[in-house]
Amino acid sequence: MEREKLLKPGTYFMTGNTAVAEAALIAGCRFFAGYPITPSSDLMEHMARRLPQVGGIFIQGEDEVAAINMVLGASAAGLKAMTATSGPGLSLMEEALGLGFMLELPAVVVDVQRVGPATGIPTLGAQGDVMQAIWGSHGDREVVVYAPSNVQEAFDLTIDAFNTAEELRLPVIILLDELIGHGYGRLRVPNLDEIRIVDRKKADIVEGYMPFKTHVLVPPFAEPGKGFRLHMTGLVHDERGYPVIDRDATERLLTRLLLKVRANRDRLVSYEVYPCDGIDKAEVMIVAYGSIANIVKCALKRLKAHGIKAILFRPKVLWPMPDVELCKSVESYGVENVLVVEMNYGQYLYLVRAALLHCPTPYRFVSITPGFYPSPKELSERILRVLS
Amino acid sequence: MSSKIELPPTYKDIEDLIRVDRLPTIWCPGCGIGIVLKTLLRAIKKSDIDVDRHVIVSGIGCAGRVSGYVRLDSYHVLHGRAIPFAIGIKLAKPELEVTVVSGDGDIVGIGGNHFIHAARRNHDINVVIVNNMIYGMTGGQVAPTTPRGARTTTTPYGNIERSISIPLLAIAAGATYVARWSVLHVDHMMNSFIKMFRHKGFAVVEILSPCTLFASRNGIELLQLYEILRRKCKIVSNPDPWESHIDIFGDKPIILGEFIEIERPSYEELVWSSIRG
Repeated sequence: MEREKLLKPGTYFMTGNTAVAEAALIAGCRFFAGYPITPSSDLMEHMARRLPQVGGIFIQGEDEVAAINMVLGASAAGLKAMTATSGPGLSLMEEALGLGFMLELPAVVVDVQRVGPATGIPTLGAQGDVMQAIWGSHGDREVVVYAPSNVQEAFDLTIDAFNTAEELRLPVIILLDELIGHGYGRLRVPNLDEIRIVDRKKADIVEGYMPFKTHVLVPPFAEPGKGFRLHMTGLVHDERGYPVIDRDATERLLTRLLLKVRANRDRLVSYEVYPCDGIDKAEVMIVAYGSIANIVKCALKRLKAHGIKAILFRPKVLWPMPDVELCKSVESYGVENVLVVEMNYGQYLYLVRAALLHCPTPYRFVSITPGFYPSPKELSERILRVLS
Repeated sequence: MSSKIELPPTYKDIEDLIRVDRLPTIWCPGCGIGIVLKTLLRAIKKSDIDVDRHVIVSGIGCAGRVSGYVRLDSYHVLHGRAIPFAIGIKLAKPELEVTVVSGDGDIVGIGGNHFIHAARRNHDINVVIVNNMIYGMTGGQVAPTTPRGARTTTTPYGNIERSISIPLLAIAAGATYVARWSVLHVDHMMNSFIKMFRHKGFAVVEILSPCTLFASRNGIELLQLYEILRRKCKIVSNPDPWESHIDIFGDKPIILGEFIEIERPSYEELVWSSIRG
């Protein structure tokens, strides 16, 4: 019955925000708490309409802090849960992202980026939340950060995001921007049976259960109300969940939590090299992601007309970073210049610079004014000027 | 790791609900929170709800440590955010009996906005606020509940701020059960706890609890603070919430009692009936 209410297989024309919402429902999301903020509000509105149809819970919180903490509570009770916001809201949610990391609660946070800092320009897209998505909380919390660049990918990566959150028991972030969130695009939905859905591994034996004991990286999850009598705390804790002030216990807990992302790095990393065929040498490699990568793709043709052979290296997952893969591409294509193009004043640039230490190559940076998308012509002219 | 502690025989009835392996508690000698804890556990035993369906959520601070000493499903979450976390649990699993236990600073200070809106929406959760009128765990700073004139580490010349009245705030925001007692009124506290478990809607029970830091910052002994409570607390039936302001050093009595008990559909009831209907 619930399944009949999910998006049917077929081809659609919809916005990125809607695609994320529909993908979430297919992935099994049955709880959404949010707070209005441009340009993500329509995603929340879509969930408000759709969740009750599939037996899920929707609530609009009094602020973003309430929303993310409600999401964590619902996840603690066993539901797949999500929230959506924009930059200012993500700033408010950062503390709770650390809590979700510490309590090992799966959750999906969508950030439809807009111009910042502060109120910035709410209605225009940007890529200024990369740093706060990757490193925004206090302490060493590490999560997975997805950066879809079109409507289809927004759908596909949302399924991946829920699967990763469930499998690793951790919050994950999907970074959209206004252009992808509000832009319409083609979406092909396959048969539901073809979509891989992961559910968190649940504890079944009450006797001797310890909420944070595991010989693998991810302990089995226990729901409240089943007699486990579990305790969870945001304090540094031992395997029983009891707070401790102890060097070994601290080291054991924090490294295990970080290893969820670090040890699974090879599996989590995802990127595209464009064009994927018909080219084996490129003097320039452009690194871009999200909506900007689409403009770069169009600009590549113009660069070719100017006699510049260039490729695009596009991370679909910003963190963990495909740094090894980036260097391999630099070497295999004989790249002489790396060019980072972002709609901010240099954020992912720092990670690219660090990656290039392993394959020293000159790099340049093209900063696009947040909010003001260039045409492929404008962008190719900027690139030509930087390269000359 | 921790030394073995044996509970006195008077605790035998609730021993199975205490994480004895975590004792002693971090609370100062003479602190009132332990009285709230054991009364709450006795109320849970007396409630007609299966023990395994009880969930405790707390925030940060001395009272926030309650969740760590109960052998129940329990969550010790962010400072000020126990209420939204509890709402998330209750919405997801309405069959659970979710109780927030935390301090005045946690719930009406940093978490004040969540308290107001949870009351307004009449979420079917219980909130026990242990009010010690100060930020105790961080060393005794002024709280929104600190009476005017009281000295704290951040009001060394006396507090110039007006303090908040929890019953008045709760009722104004829409709470459907509101009571106030002190740690000296264990039977009343117990009755209110049992009532809040039965109550369908947002239930608030404020417990006044003397803090050793509050006493020492104000140049009195902790026992004198208990004595002030004993002397000044006045149990009133149908008390007027406008008279609920606490003036610890003045002449006015401290009003205790059940300020409101009304029925209104809870948020969970409405949400779940719309989904199932």
